[in-house]
Amino acid sequence: MRGSGKQAITGLITNIQRYSLQDGPGIRTTVFFKGCPLDCWWCHNPEGLSRRREVVTIANRCQQCGECIKACPEGVAQPGSSPAGSVCVRCGACIGACPTGARQFAGMTMTVDDVLWEIDRDRIFHDDSSGGVTFSGGEPLLQPEFLLALLHGCRHSGVRTAVDTCGFVNESTLLEVAAHADLILFDVKLLDDSKHRKFTGVSNAVILANLRRLCGRHPEVWLRVPVIPTVNDSPEDLEDMARFAASLSGIRQVSLLPYHRTGIQKFERLGREYRLPAIIPPSAAEMKAAADCFQAHGLKVKVGG
Amino acid sequence: MTERTKRLRDKSLAARPSISAERARLMTDFYRANLGKLSAPVMRAESFRHLCREKTIYIGDDELIVGERGPFPKAVPTYPELTCHSLGDLRILSTRPKTHYDVDDECLRIYEQEVIPYWRGRSMRDRLFERMTEDWKAAYEAGMFTEFMEQRAPGHTVLDDKIYFKGMVDFRADIARALAELDFLNDPEAYEKSQALRSFDIACDAAILFADRHAALAREIAHNETEPTRKSGLEKIVQACSRVPAYAPRDFHEALQSYWFCHLAVITELNGWDSFNPGHLDQHLLPFYEKGLADGSLTRESARELLECFFIKFNNHPAPPKVGVTAAESGTYTDFANINIGGLLRDGADGSNEVSHILLDIVDEMHLLQPSTNIQLSSKSPEKFLKHALKVIRQGYGFPSIFNADTVVLEQVRQGKTLEDARAGGCSGCVEVGAFGKEAFILTGYFNMVKVLELALHNGIEPKTGKRLGPATGEPDSFHSFEDVFQAWRLQFQHFLDVKLRGNQVIERMYAQDMPAPFLSVLTDDCIAKGRDYNAGGARYNNSYIQFVGLGSLTDSFGAIREMCFDGERGGLRVGELVAVLDRDFEGCESLRQRLVNKTRKYGNDDDEADRVMVRIFNTCFEELDGKPNTKGGHYRVEMLPTTCHVYFGSVTGAMPDGRRAGLPLSEGISPVQGADRRGPTAVIKSAAKLDHVKAGGTLLNMKFTPSLVAGEEGVEKWGHLVRSYFKLGGHHVQFNVVGAETLREAQKDPEKYRDLIVRVAGYSDYFCDLSAALQEEIIARTEHEGF
Repeated sequence: MRGSGKQAITGLITNIQRYSLQDGPGIRTTVFFKGCPLDCWWCHNPEGLSRRREVVTIANRCQQCGECIKACPEGVAQPGSSPAGSVCVRCGACIGACPTGARQFAGMTMTVDDVLWEIDRDRIFHDDSSGGVTFSGGEPLLQPEFLLALLHGCRHSGVRTAVDTCGFVNESTLLEVAAHADLILFDVKLLDDSKHRKFTGVSNAVILANLRRLCGRHPEVWLRVPVIPTVNDSPEDLEDMARFAASLSGIRQVSLLPYHRTGIQKFERLGREYRLPAIIPPSAAEMKAAADCFQAHGLKVKVGG
Repeated sequence: MTERTKRLRDKSLAARPSISAERARLMTDFYRANLGKLSAPVMRAESFRHLCREKTIYIGDDELIVGERGPFPKAVPTYPELTCHSLGDLRILSTRPKTHYDVDDECLRIYEQEVIPYWRGRSMRDRLFERMTEDWKAAYEAGMFTEFMEQRAPGHTVLDDKIYFKGMVDFRADIARALAELDFLNDPEAYEKSQALRSFDIACDAAILFADRHAALAREIAHNETEPTRKSGLEKIVQACSRVPAYAPRDFHEALQSYWFCHLAVITELNGWDSFNPGHLDQHLLPFYEKGLADGSLTRESARELLECFFIKFNNHPAPPKVGVTAAESGTYTDFANINIGGLLRDGADGSNEVSHILLDIVDEMHLLQPSTNIQLSSKSPEKFLKHALKVIRQGYGFPSIFNADTVVLEQVRQGKTLEDARAGGCSGCVEVGAFGKEAFILTGYFNMVKVLELALHNGIEPKTGKRLGPATGEPDSFHSFEDVFQAWRLQFQHFLDVKLRGNQVIERMYAQDMPAPFLSVLTDDCIAKGRDYNAGGARYNNSYIQFVGLGSLTDSFGAIREMCFDGERGGLRVGELVAVLDRDFEGCESLRQRLVNKTRKYGNDDDEADRVMVRIFNTCFEELDGKPNTKGGHYRVEMLPTTCHVYFGSVTGAMPDGRRAGLPLSEGISPVQGADRRGPTAVIKSAAKLDHVKAGGTLLNMKFTPSLVAGEEGVEKWGHLVRSYFKLGGHHVQFNVVGAETLREAQKDPEKYRDLIVRVAGYSDYFCDLSAALQEEIIARTEHEGF
């Protein structure tokens, strides 16, 4: 696929995850875009929030050798943690100097061809398992030109595609992207708008409107609902969400994603504060009860991706 | 399990491995009385008949399949004609904490007074070391390679279907015909052939005699038995033992008993590597299974019970203990009998059947250390079969391993076998391919490719002793390019390979002349037709293997040298400087070591640049070894298999440019260096598939999965796709440890509680708590592939 054109378009990617089992059918490659219009408290990919390249520090890999201090032209590097606030200019000098790989960039600029080539590495697994590629994030639709070029490239080479969106995007962009993707994974967090504003930073009006528009037009939309204890997991919350999902024509599947705490460590690595109080991830039994609630409305439900 | 097999299993698990001096004593008596009177083949056959006539016969309560190699379960005989244990060896066996064997005073006395005085200096091991060159001994002692035949006889042989429609009486008729056809006037080898054929005939008779003694003992026990069910069970034993292996078996029970007698005969005659193996058991048993169901003499349940009894027999037979270097390289009770499930039929159709599923159910339920099991997965194998196997593997007991039956056939056809023989073949031991019932495919020793680099970086001098071990291939600072380094490695590699091969040729002839295997020859085509022993080239095919160890470690070390010393952007470190750091075992250079570990390209990440070096190393092994003649009319072949030798080889190898400290284990098989693969299982598979597996006689890829990755029906499905994809890419073998690291840590802390915890080590499974601390650590360290 390398050299199929569109070299000029680049995007900012945090990670390309191979053997991804959670983001659609089969064995998938998930491309995580960097930058998100939402700012969810429970985010488990906080490195995907900012639209800029960032420096992350994996504390338990740091051996306090001090190479980063020597390398930092600004004099702000601290071994074992990422510099908070705006003092760091993200030049990456400390990353090159760090011998253990404790210091890394979150965010790499890649061309369309770079990404397509990386997707192509696992073609045989996609083909055998009816899997494919999932564009996720962050919010892939924040980089629409890049995303569309990738979708075109995949269609050209026969790779099945999924786009995972938070829905807080321009409607026409969403519909254009949807026209070129085989599957849309549409995230809805909360139906109560004031709670939505509190926990994600934005109103859900656009999101819900977009979802309604999309459902009539795309044959394969999966609703993805994170189940966050104390935030949206009360029986009433779940019942409301299930009723809402059932009211939409064309939701093929609902994926209930249990809250997990891997995000806490990631926020630390970025030198940022985790706002959610200590909550316990839902048990298997609780997830089963949540799934039953959706099933009762005639929906196909899956726990996990 | 039935109540009967539960009791038998409990008894087998509770039995303590012990050393029995009975065989050593009988063999010593026979040799004292007869040496010099008989030709070597007849001497071996008569000594075997002596064992069959004199050894203690055992029939335990509840048993349906009978026969033990020792006087009772887990009593392990010794083979002083091959390796004569010293009193010190025996004391170590009885006092070491891991893979312990009880040794009683009577055994020590027999060894001291009878066995050692006769065999010291006469055993194959003693004579073999005597005949090796100084070069060979120096390389062997430095850990450049190991030698299989210094401890055990050539083996790895697997049976085909011949005993299921032919008995010893039929083989004797074939032998008589071959003897009658000998042309003494025109064939200069006619005499040698006549001696070989006579030895085969004696061996057949010995096996019948051995079975008859079991029939007699069972009759005696039955006579005194009052409980009616047991009495009828014993009567069935009498019937079976009177019938097989003299004649072809008539039913499922007799088929299993016939194999078991052949198994015992092979492992009593000599101590061949990897004991013996029924091969495609499911395919062989299917006609008996179907016939039994049809005539009402068998049900699925009764067939399963018989198979369970059969499995317990394997578990009753721990490997005969080794001495010296090999004791460290393979510390296990496992004797590597590896039953093949599924695969292809001779005509290329799918070979899996209902018996395959019964076997998988048994593996799932019984959790025995032995026998090992594998599935032979072809593109024609049904999904149901693969999923059944994966669900068994998911239990975390390490069985079965998974082979690509299509590649296994291709490998053998490339070696020159017929398509039908290749399809009827499969895998034995850990991952080795062979044409079952028609081939002597002999592993000859492990080869330390990483230590070769250590010598190349020290101009042929062993750094530990300062002595010259290999040729002078240049001081480190004389290397001006990566090519220079690789060429120095290649020259050293050629040198040590030559040393190893010269030794092999001598050893092969020693076995051909002094240590024939008449009974194994009866079971192996075309020994009778050729009038030639299995150990002398009588088999239809004769491939000899060298097993190369440390592919991942060597690849990453080469990659690190290239990046740190010769890469335009980052290079700049002199090779001499790097070597000086290695000589200090990175002392005071932790930052550099970290850089080597974390910031250089690694094999196992689907990184073409790193993987190219791996392919180049593999191709060098192939170019230097494949097709070289052995002394049996066959050829040398490449094997990429470590068993546990990567731990021993690591212990004798200094610090390496991949950041590995001195003495730590090397990478195993074709798996990446422990923890170096960071892009998940598909990347590991893509990397490993870049070498041409068809050119090897076996490659070993180990992957560790946590249970979460393969949970649910969907997890199994995706896992199945992963395996299928690897095989579509041409991979030979993959095995999975499904276990969480925390479970293993718990097991380290509380071994009592986890005694039944079996993990895949390298081509076989072992009790985790029996592994050395180093191996336990390594298993824990192997990358856990998390799904997200």
